[in-house]
Formats: sequence, structure tokens, C-alpha cells
Amino acid sequence: MVAQRGGPTVTAVVVLLTVVAGGLGAGLRFVVDGALRARWAPSLPVATTVINTTGSFGLGLLVGLAQAHASPGTEAAQVVLGTGFLGGYTTFSTASVEVVALLREGRRGAAALHAATMLGGSVLAAAAGLAGGTALA
Amino acid sequence: MSAPRPLHHQPALVALVAAGGAAGTAVRVAAEAHLPRPVDLPLPTLVVNLAGALVLGALLEGLSRRGADRGRRRAARLLVGTGFCGGLTTYSTFAVEVDLLLAGHLLAGVGYALLTVLLGLVAAAAGVAAAASWSRSAGARP
Repeated sequence: MVAQRGGPTVTAVVVLLTVVAGGLGAGLRFVVDGALRARWAPSLPVATTVINTTGSFGLGLLVGLAQAHASPGTEAAQVVLGTGFLGGYTTFSTASVEVVALLREGRRGAAALHAATMLGGSVLAAAAGLAGGTALA
Repeated sequence: MSAPRPLHHQPALVALVAAGGAAGTAVRVAAEAHLPRPVDLPLPTLVVNLAGALVLGALLEGLSRRGADRGRRRAARLLVGTGFCGGLTTYSTFAVEVDLLLAGHLLAGVGYALLTVLLGLVAAAAGVAAAASWSRSAGARP
């Protein structure tokens, strides 16, 4: 849904910017993850939860704004910043591997809690972003 | 020799993650553009997320069985794991898709959310199991 197929505004330049933005988002994730883990070492891998909930809020905000101000410019911005930057910043693969690692340690409750807070937190954050973006527009 | 800096303070390693992240994003953008999108199911996002979870599970298990996280193994983990798999997969698009589905049909949103999370665990565990099996079949080399 974020990258609408075949839209006239999704040009080669937009695709290139999206790919570069995805790299920047991934780099930011690495830095934020490292900084959080260095300062704060709880028994659950909460750095990924922080990254995914903040990124989901940001994407909700972008999508809410873009829905209210539909134009080629906002569509391109949504693709570059949303699909690219925030897509690269957030990660599903690490979230899944972390839950599997907790299960392998025999920490079933921690695994369920980690998966549930990641899903619930991100879906609620995205909903708040969508509502905020629509209200701001 | 100075004390080793944390990994996330080393520009070359951040660049490695960014390069992998750009490549993963390119594959995700291509999947979003070309994979079919059946009614009420954001299939492209599901496919890239499951593929990334599978590959990351296999990669991290395979690397850890080969030895400590340094040198080429660390570079592979950051380029392919943190970078490519992280850029290929997305939690933000998944979360917004769940909200948009929930606004239409409650069951579609709940179903997509639970299906994605549970299949993600199966994919990551399958990757881990595959890497463990390859390591065993490659023999316990000294």
C-alpha cells in the first residue's frame, strides 16, 4: 500500500532516492540500537521495540498527512521517507529472530511479552500517527 | 592501540549497514511494485518480511557456529543481517497496514497481524534449523 504500483510520480529518481533513504534508515537503526543497548540493558531486547514503535508512528503520520493532501509531491515524499527511510529504519527480521532466541533460552513468557509489546506498541503507535497526521492536515 | 570503539561509532561499519540496507530496500521496493496484492492481504510485505526473517535466522546461526563475531563474520553479519535483512523487512509498513485493514474489517486486520507475527517466528526458526543442519552435515571440522 505504501508504494502504489505504476503511479506516474514513482519515477526512477524517486526509486533511487527511496533506496538511498532505506540505507540511511538502516544506518540510523544500527546507531540507535547500539546507543540504546550501551546505556540500557534490560532483560528484554527493548531497543528493537523502541525502533519499531517510533518508526511505525512516523509512517502513520506520513500516511495520514499524505491521505489528507493527495498530490504527486506528497506521494513521492511518502514513498521516499515512508517506504525508504522508515522501512529501512524498522525491521521485522530482527524482531522475529529475537523472539526465537528468547524461546530457545526457554523464556516463553519473555518471548510472548516481547512479541506482544512489539506488535501492540507498533500498531498503536501507527494508529496514533495516522490520527495525528489526519488532524494536522 | 586505542581502546576499541563501540561498533555503532565506527563509520565504516555504519556504512556497511547502510549499503546492505539500501540493497534490501531496493528488493522490497521491487516486491511492492511487482508481487500480486490479493484482496485484503498485503502479500508483498508478508513475503519480504518472511524471507528476511528466514535469511536472518540462518545467517546468525551459521555465523555463530563458525566462530566469534569478528573480522569477515562480523562484516557479513552487519552487511547481510543488520543491513540487507533489516532493509528488506519492515515493521512500520506492516503496522500501518494492520491499522488500515482494522479500519475496514476487524478480522482481516487481526488475521494479517497474527499471521505475520506467527509465520515470522516459523521462518526465523526454520532458518536457524537449516543453518544448524548444514553445519552438522558439513562435519565437525577442527
